[in-house]
Amino acid sequence: MSEVLVVVEATREFGVKKVTLEMLTLARELGTPSAVVLGGAGAAEALSAKLGEYGAEKIYAAEGAEIDGYLVAPKATVVAELVKRVQPAAVLLASSQEGKEIAARLAVKLDNGILTDVVALAADGTATQVAFAGSTIVKSKVTKGLPLVTVRPNSLTPAPAPASPAVEQLTVTVGDADKLAKVVERVAEQKGSRPELTEASVVVSGGRGVGNADNFKLVEELADLLGGAVGASRAAVDSGFYPHQFQVGQTGKTVSPQLYIALGISGAIQHRAGMQTSKTIVAVNKDGEAPIFELADFGVVGDLFKVVPQAAEEIRKRK
Amino acid sequence: MNIVVLVKQVPDSGADRNLRSDDNTVDRGSANNVINEMDEYAIEEALKIKEAHGGEVTILTMGPDRATESIRKALSMGPDKAVHVVDDALHGSCAVATSKVLAAALGQLGADLVICGAESTDGRVQVLPHMIAERLGVAALTGARKLTVDGSTLTVERQTEEGYEVVTAATPAVVSVWDTINEPRYPSFKGIMAAKKKPVQTLSLADLGVAPAEVGFDGATSAVLEHTKRPPRSGGEKISDEGEGGVKLVEFLATEKFV
Repeated sequence: MSEVLVVVEATREFGVKKVTLEMLTLARELGTPSAVVLGGAGAAEALSAKLGEYGAEKIYAAEGAEIDGYLVAPKATVVAELVKRVQPAAVLLASSQEGKEIAARLAVKLDNGILTDVVALAADGTATQVAFAGSTIVKSKVTKGLPLVTVRPNSLTPAPAPASPAVEQLTVTVGDADKLAKVVERVAEQKGSRPELTEASVVVSGGRGVGNADNFKLVEELADLLGGAVGASRAAVDSGFYPHQFQVGQTGKTVSPQLYIALGISGAIQHRAGMQTSKTIVAVNKDGEAPIFELADFGVVGDLFKVVPQAAEEIRKRK
Repeated sequence: MNIVVLVKQVPDSGADRNLRSDDNTVDRGSANNVINEMDEYAIEEALKIKEAHGGEVTILTMGPDRATESIRKALSMGPDKAVHVVDDALHGSCAVATSKVLAAALGQLGADLVICGAESTDGRVQVLPHMIAERLGVAALTGARKLTVDGSTLTVERQTEEGYEVVTAATPAVVSVWDTINEPRYPSFKGIMAAKKKPVQTLSLADLGVAPAEVGFDGATSAVLEHTKRPPRSGGEKISDEGEGGVKLVEFLATEKFV
């Protein structure tokens, strides 16, 4: 079977991201998964055990400051060279900012079609995408070149399939044209132990109804009790209650968790666009006419400052 | 500084949006078409740079005739002029072909700085800035929440999942911006009146030296095979909190095995 290249997403703190494991699981349906690690020195070594556990038969690594010190251009060059050499059956990347950016450059370099935000990919290359704020399901196909797709996190359940991959270090020659956008500083921000928003299986979000930044502690408390991530509506972010990187919606992150809890969020289209493919939706809002209740599998019309602490207490009791 | 802002006309994301049943493209005919929201932040950023450093701001749009409305609206915020790439053969173009056309237009305009929204609300594909930069051989500084211009040096702060990055490049470059970068101005009455007289140049594929076979459905590198409306979610159980709302919420979570 042909190789399927999976471009690995990982974080310094947590290692291989869940979406990478999803991509490896998906790749096994299409061919033989090969993981491609692009990062700083030693990146592949640290990730290889996990990548093997989920079925990577081979790991290609391009490491060092030449790769890591610039925005995606060097990474795209490395992957393009690899694609030309191994002629894979498909190339999978994460539907994150970086994954999409590498894919964008690959598409131009290889004069190849590209599909983003893919939630399923059949063996014949037919991809499923969710468009227009989750309202439309689209089946599409790359018609020029190989399937070059970015996979949306939480599209499938990762399944282990142990393999013992060998790491092949790629010789990297990055030209000046790929070194135009230099990363001069990377600042890590405190995130604590919560899962990443787009990958979390539970997301608890707060909106305007939370009232102020301090009250977001309530949202965080419920999220922590459920092992979830914290999100916020645009109204809450614009009001300065919570940082922008946690914004869920049309102009923020798209999430698709098993459970989404909306606290004090009315459910404007702006917000629904980012969360309405969640499996189960629960809402608490004092306005019984709020549109969020049209989506909610379970809704509580009431004061979130009473309902949420009581719910938190009840979860603690049951633990 | 010669700044070009990419502006896309999109169907209003606040209303019902559809794909056409005949050719699977975005239904623009029945939609209320507006400027892509993120592009307004790009325009604002360009105007701020012009105000601080001088230069000229040009709007560049690829789209059908009706995109003229959005171009005039963009001009009413303050840019100097616009270029509208319009050609019947463009209908059905994929992202790869679109980047080819825009890169050709940018090549003619000779921009020092190209600013665009990080994504459009219709496709949300986020690939064009890097595709264009790749074709032009210039830097792409994407997803900016802050942009500083110091002579020919651009510095961008961009949000990442772990924190943020500071990235620099020399002009010419492409910069894409999120809605955290500024607060777009509202067009003034004077601006709206002035926009009516501002020059809008139209360019065809022939003007750009791009063959019709390279774009549209003929040149597309991907295709939509079919599309269906997702059945709308229906609300489930809704209770009023009579003092037991929190407990009942947890009971629901327990039946769904979340606790």
